[in-house]
Amino acid sequence: MNAPDQTLLTVEHLTMRFGGLVAIDDLSFAARDGRITSIIGPNGAGKTTVFNCLTGFYAPTVGRLALRRGDEVLLLERLEDFRIARTAGVARTFQNIRVFPKMSVLENLMVAQHNRLMRASGYSFLGLVGIGGYRAAEAEARDLASYWLERTGLIEHADEEAGSLSYGGQRRMEIARCMCTQPTLLCLDEPAAGLNPRESAELNELLLFIRDEHRIGQLLIEHDMSVVMEISDHVVVLDYGRKIAEGKAAQVRNDPAVIRAYLGEEEDA
Amino acid sequence: MTDTLATGVNPLPAAFRDAALTAVVAALLGLPLVGFHVVSRSSGMVLEGRVWELATAVALIFCGRLGIVLVNSGSAWPVLACGGVAVLIGVFAPMPGVFLSVVCVAGGGLLAARAGLVMLRGKSGMRKIQARIQSSGTALRGMGAYLGPALIAFAVALPFLPFADRQVIDIGILVMTYVMLGWGLNIVVGLAGLLDLGYVAFYAVGAYSYALLAQYFDFNFWICLPLAGAFAAGFGILLGFPVLRLRGDYLAIVTLGFGEMVRVILLNWTRLTNGPDGISGVPRPSFFGLPFKRRPPEGVESFHQFFGLDYASIHRVIFLYYLILVLALITNAFTLRIRKLPIGRAWEALREDEIACRSLGINPTNTKLSAFAIGAMFGGFAGSFFATRQGFISPESFTFIESAIILAVVVLGGMGSQVGVVIAAIVLIGLPEWFRELQEFRMLAFGAGMVLIMIWRPRGLLSHREPTILLGRAP
Ligand SMILES: Nc1ncnc2c1ncn2[C@@H]1O[C@H](COP(=O)(O)OP(=O)(O)O)[C@@H](O)[C@H]1O
Ligand SMILES: [Mg+2]
Repeated sequence: MNAPDQTLLTVEHLTMRFGGLVAIDDLSFAARDGRITSIIGPNGAGKTTVFNCLTGFYAPTVGRLALRRGDEVLLLERLEDFRIARTAGVARTFQNIRVFPKMSVLENLMVAQHNRLMRASGYSFLGLVGIGGYRAAEAEARDLASYWLERTGLIEHADEEAGSLSYGGQRRMEIARCMCTQPTLLCLDEPAAGLNPRESAELNELLLFIRDEHRIGQLLIEHDMSVVMEISDHVVVLDYGRKIAEGKAAQVRNDPAVIRAYLGEEEDA
Repeated sequence: MTDTLATGVNPLPAAFRDAALTAVVAALLGLPLVGFHVVSRSSGMVLEGRVWELATAVALIFCGRLGIVLVNSGSAWPVLACGGVAVLIGVFAPMPGVFLSVVCVAGGGLLAARAGLVMLRGKSGMRKIQARIQSSGTALRGMGAYLGPALIAFAVALPFLPFADRQVIDIGILVMTYVMLGWGLNIVVGLAGLLDLGYVAFYAVGAYSYALLAQYFDFNFWICLPLAGAFAAGFGILLGFPVLRLRGDYLAIVTLGFGEMVRVILLNWTRLTNGPDGISGVPRPSFFGLPFKRRPPEGVESFHQFFGLDYASIHRVIFLYYLILVLALITNAFTLRIRKLPIGRAWEALREDEIACRSLGINPTNTKLSAFAIGAMFGGFAGSFFATRQGFISPESFTFIESAIILAVVVLGGMGSQVGVVIAAIVLIGLPEWFRELQEFRMLAFGAGMVLIMIWRPRGLLSHREPTILLGRAP
């Protein structure tokens, strides 16, 4: 929708305090459309908190979060969480996976297309009596779902309970579910956590596919530097809520401040 | 329990301790419930102890509990003994009703039979059996496809079956009313996952809507029915709006309070509702304008005249039966259909994970509100049916215990399962009604039914859910 490479998201002076604890301290960065921007940093650096502010789960103490969608600029800090997903088109995954466990994988992806289907079914009233274009809309939604199931290698499991998928499967399903909302910005919170090396490589491929074929801008949180290096176009490094470095992956890797932050963590561990 | 099996520890002492504890609890509870009864003598009413009955009950519970615990750990002989004792008590002890004796003998017999199986097949064989019992739900689910239509066919045919006298049809109406209420509440609790302890309030709103509209404006049943539903739905929205941001326990408490509030208002707003005396003379339903009267008023043809039948009071009862059957089936059809629509899927998703729903752009407040209002609407329909059936309503009929019973029907049926609600309603409402001979022990039978269902299927009778859409490509 946006012109390629245009700035998609601008975060300015984002600060989040929990009582006395400053989880994010005056953070500014920008993410481009059709690019993968990674946020990395040791545990507790405030990465997830950035996502929670972006998606409206926390109201930032200070800061401006501007998202461009077409010609519009939306200020996310003013929108309610579900509106950020609906109007701004920000989709996210969760660090502690959140699927609808008792619903089938396909149903999970249908729920993701709720708003479109609601409109098509006359807010379910027309669908109830069987008039209007609900059938066609549902078939279309199903096609979109099976497209992403194919992409994430879950098509065989479409009719199984989402809760019965493997850990890696659930992670991929969360991404497929996000893609079914047809997002402008995809936010992924440690999608590689708990995956084995083969799954991790597949994940990288999937994210590159989303970037290259669908030209969706992505924000990627990663704890593990090595995973990020391969696929990031831009890296932001956080430590104790503060941005300590920013730039190309190779640049950041050799930054003394970053090395110190990561070494410090290893000493703790 | 299987741990003890694996480690080879003797399960007997622990099981005895467990059973003894259960027996103590039963004795404490049973003392006021069973231990005394009031007899009238010439000198007035006196309390008399019923030691023997209490002892029987406690002994039975001890045996039953011991048996259940041991059967899970695979010991055969003690279980056989427990089952045997239960059977003997069932046969020889004086019981207040044949029903209880039958339950005792059947329960004891089942335990003994399982113990027998263990002895025949050994412990490993038993594990297989155990697995099969666990999967009996799967069998039930396979049956579910036929069970639904079979139940409907039976329900339609019921009034014309040879054994269907007035009493049977009355019980049928009662069970059907609870099935409808259960289905209505199922939308709120089973699908949307909102624990509503005040559902009876909407039932009351529906009943009073009909009674008052009929009294003040002379509206007939068919006009009042949709209005009652609309009023109840309105109340649902009114209540839901402030409270639906609460979660779990908090929501339950607030809805419980709302249920009581409605009852207290009905009780005290004497000018409108006639307070505790209730409203009598609520008009009976007509067969689309044809009244069920022996001598209809001047110029009006009555049902039996129109169809050239002899007058019989049972006509009206049968009509009421079909009325509630149709209302219940509409509720069912509605639920089955809405599950496949986006709003229904959103309800279920909300039950599973609200945060994920928000992240997908679903407005949780509106979605919950719609579930609440629609559930309330069906409660309202059932309420106006109740009013027209009884001909008299008072706040007495809408106490908390009603909400609790409806909730029990939903939960024991296996949250979200339509057929489960029917079976639970039959077990919880139909059986105690059928066994009126138990007199004051009727509610104990109700409790026993609940406990048995919980032991057999802790997640409800039919906890399986069918996906609302299939890709059908899986191998
Ligand atoms: N809701 C909250 N209340 C209080 N403290 C929080 C809350 N959320 C996060 N924090 C704190 O903010 C800091 C950053 O957490 P988080 O963003 O989860 O780190 P990361 O995702 O980088 O590992 C931590 O110290 C954490 O304890
Ligand atoms: Mg985190």
